[in-house]
Amino acid sequence: MTEKKQTTDYSAIEKKKEAATRLVDFGETLYTQMTQNEFPWITMPSRSIENIIYSPKLRQYILGDRRVKRSARNIRHIRPLSQLVWTAFFAHHLATNRKTSTLRDVYYSAQAYEMSFKDQSESDNVIIDLETVTGSAREEFNIFPEERSAVFGDLTIEYTVPGYEGRRMNLTSHPDGLMVGPALTYSEFVKTSANKVIAIEKGGLFTRFIEENVHTKHNALLVLTAGQAPRATRHFIRRLNKELELPVYILTDGDPWGMHIAMVIISGSANAAHIRDLTTPDAKWSGVWATDIQSYKLPSIPLTERDVKRLHELQRDPRYKEKLWQREIKTFMKIGKKAEQEAFSRYGLTYIVDEYLPAKLEAD
Amino acid sequence: MASQTFEEISPADFFYRNREIAGFTNPSRAIFAAIRELVENSLDAAEAFAVPPNIYVRLSDEQDSTPGTYLLRVQDNGSGITSRHIPSAFGQVLFGSKYKLKQSRGTFGLGGTMAVLYGQITTHKPAQIISSTASSKVYKYRIMVDIQRNKPVILERRILLNRDRWHGTIVEFSLEGDYYRAMPKILDYFKQTALVNPYANITFVDPKGRLYKFTRVTTKMPSPPKETLPHPYGVDVEKVKRLVRVTPHNNMLDFMKSHFHRISENIAKRFIEFADISPKKNPRKLNPQEIVKLVHMMKRYEDFRPPSASCLSPLGEDLLKAGILKALKPEFTAVCQRKPSTYAGHPFIVETAMAYGGEIPKRGDFILYRFANRIPLLYDEASDVSFRVVKSFNWRRYKASQDMPIAVLVHICSTKIPYKTVGKEFIADRPEIKREVLNGIRDVARRLKRFLSKREHVAKEKRRLNIFSKYLPKIAKFTTELAGREEEPDIEKLLLSVRKVDRKKTDD
Ligand SMILES: Nc1ncnc2c1ncn2[C@@H]1O[C@H](COP(=O)(O)OP(=O)(O)O)[C@@H](O)[C@H]1O
Ligand SMILES: [Mg+2]
Repeated sequence: MTEKKQTTDYSAIEKKKEAATRLVDFGETLYTQMTQNEFPWITMPSRSIENIIYSPKLRQYILGDRRVKRSARNIRHIRPLSQLVWTAFFAHHLATNRKTSTLRDVYYSAQAYEMSFKDQSESDNVIIDLETVTGSAREEFNIFPEERSAVFGDLTIEYTVPGYEGRRMNLTSHPDGLMVGPALTYSEFVKTSANKVIAIEKGGLFTRFIEENVHTKHNALLVLTAGQAPRATRHFIRRLNKELELPVYILTDGDPWGMHIAMVIISGSANAAHIRDLTTPDAKWSGVWATDIQSYKLPSIPLTERDVKRLHELQRDPRYKEKLWQREIKTFMKIGKKAEQEAFSRYGLTYIVDEYLPAKLEAD
Repeated sequence: MASQTFEEISPADFFYRNREIAGFTNPSRAIFAAIRELVENSLDAAEAFAVPPNIYVRLSDEQDSTPGTYLLRVQDNGSGITSRHIPSAFGQVLFGSKYKLKQSRGTFGLGGTMAVLYGQITTHKPAQIISSTASSKVYKYRIMVDIQRNKPVILERRILLNRDRWHGTIVEFSLEGDYYRAMPKILDYFKQTALVNPYANITFVDPKGRLYKFTRVTTKMPSPPKETLPHPYGVDVEKVKRLVRVTPHNNMLDFMKSHFHRISENIAKRFIEFADISPKKNPRKLNPQEIVKLVHMMKRYEDFRPPSASCLSPLGEDLLKAGILKALKPEFTAVCQRKPSTYAGHPFIVETAMAYGGEIPKRGDFILYRFANRIPLLYDEASDVSFRVVKSFNWRRYKASQDMPIAVLVHICSTKIPYKTVGKEFIADRPEIKREVLNGIRDVARRLKRFLSKREHVAKEKRRLNIFSKYLPKIAKFTTELAGREEEPDIEKLLLSVRKVDRKKTDD
């Protein structure tokens, strides 16, 4: 039994409070500028390509020192600046009313305030600006993406969201797993019997693992990433790793895209270079490897042109410079093949659970 | 060998058989052509009398005839026609008073009679002409055309008293036609005629009794053209032969000086030397070879003075502008009168104008109004020299594009407009004319460009200010709420400052 732990870099409630204060400070700064007959302006770290740097120390992308100024005096800045101010206002409004909103909701809500966004990608982008300005992740001011993933296993959590404060829940309560949404994101971890986390790319395998009792056989918490893991899920995995000190294993398809799903959980994405606490640098990619395709003689399909192009990109990517990754990229290119997780079914439905998984976990 | 039969036809018979070359192609074109020919005669007549034209045109359904038969009546306040010429003026083709070397609308002595002739062959009814030259009498004729002999047949002639010294002409006859198909063109015709004759009052009543009234904006008329002598570059052997036959002079020097345009004693002397003819030679004794040689030398001699433009009567920039303002009510107009120029010995003047906005429709293309000797040209636009110039013009350079409401006007005046047909619809591609049209369009396009740039600048400035006054208040409002303040900051000063600061500083 692992008891509830409080790590130094984390407290959901604290972080949310902090985010709310930063929003108010932001408003205060601009307000004061205007009372002094000054056009409101701000500076923030630049998110341009040249300013996104890979930090070997943090093992993730970060923003460099370059900063940009946004001023209402500039005809090209005033609209994005006013959108930023509105978004800050809206986020603060959500926080004070303890409501959450999706990225899409934000886009539509703007219209009620006669703030216009050309499309959702414009509003998404302004939300990223707001993260950059305040240094808080959007989840901390209650804005969540639509995609949601799931978790299953013996972990008891305690809710902190309105109406559920203090209520506890064991994550084996529902056989389909529980959605990693705002409520779970801000729950406190109470206790768990698990000694590892297995993150799985696809829903089919996630369900199979539950049916085959992988969680008890292997004492594991199962996380479904449903493709590229959403930020909330990456954050959640990090918490399992940091707060509960559970090692994390990632299972994906055996192709460059699967590889990258694992890598983003481990080292983050360039898009989130302005945000910390989304990565799990010690997580392991357990397969399907290119070398597994060979050693398990898995049914495979030829790489497409796009796959090969992607492999070349990954080969040059600073996140992929370690031996394992380079070896697997080379093997993929050598054999010219890829395989899906389902390929193990050729050895029977339970083979992946009974043979492959233990071998992989042991290999660690 | 089959025997051939020969016959001779009269000019009236020729035009009866080939009426399409005079514009009487089909029932819709015919009704347009008839109205137009009579209106143009009326305009000529009023200008000849130096009075601002008052023209009244009425087209009505012929009651007791087959549908599509109309009664056309055109009345003017022009010079009138002397009694003895009335029958021939309307009953004989190629009879007219405008064969002179000066600018006029009519040229061939054809239009009025063709209209009457067309009416006669479609309805078999006589035409009625009432006219007075402000004398004590008014003459009233009923005539028909003897087509085979090209002669008028007088059915009735009456003389009335003219107490108030009325002057003018009333022409009335029946014709078949298709008014409803011709209507758009006819209305365009009146509108454009009013534009290019802004000193005229024109009234048109259509068969439905609808009244279209175009009121003059000025009584100022362009100065009338003076009759001129032929320029040596513009004559041919036949012309010189005729002059030789009638000249009262018996030496070449006087002959040249008095029968040709702008020839001084000096020029005459030098030319005769150049042509290798004795100055003492009696022109009446020139033999055919010598006449051919003389004409040939005239074309080769380079030092004749260019024709003067006194025989021309362009509209002038002020009148053209007034006409455009009245007809199109544009936001912007530029007009240009080019210097007189010549082609093949014929003087001509090009006037151009460009207008933007107002009642000019957006048709996805520039709207071209073509005029020649103050008449609008409405058909066969694509074959016209001005159309080609407008098409190949580099509009982009002048910031203009086809989606803007832009009208281009080209007016060409000449003693001899190089029409491609007797129907007077479009003008041939003479390089000299083309060049002048192009230069004229360039001139007004430059001014259009300045207007468009300024307009764009104003619009841009307005957009800029709009952006500030739209977003700054929002920033003020939301930061106030965010900061939990009661009172919004006063941003009036900031908004005022964007107004004052010039653009460069703001857009840094
Ligand atoms: N409304 C009119 N007023 C005065 N004269 C006219 C009028 N209509 C025609 N005429 C005379 O009749 C002549 C013949 O007219 P028309 O056949 O139209 O030939 P054109 O106009 O080409 O000379 C004109 O030259 C003119 O002298
Ligand atoms: Mg005529």
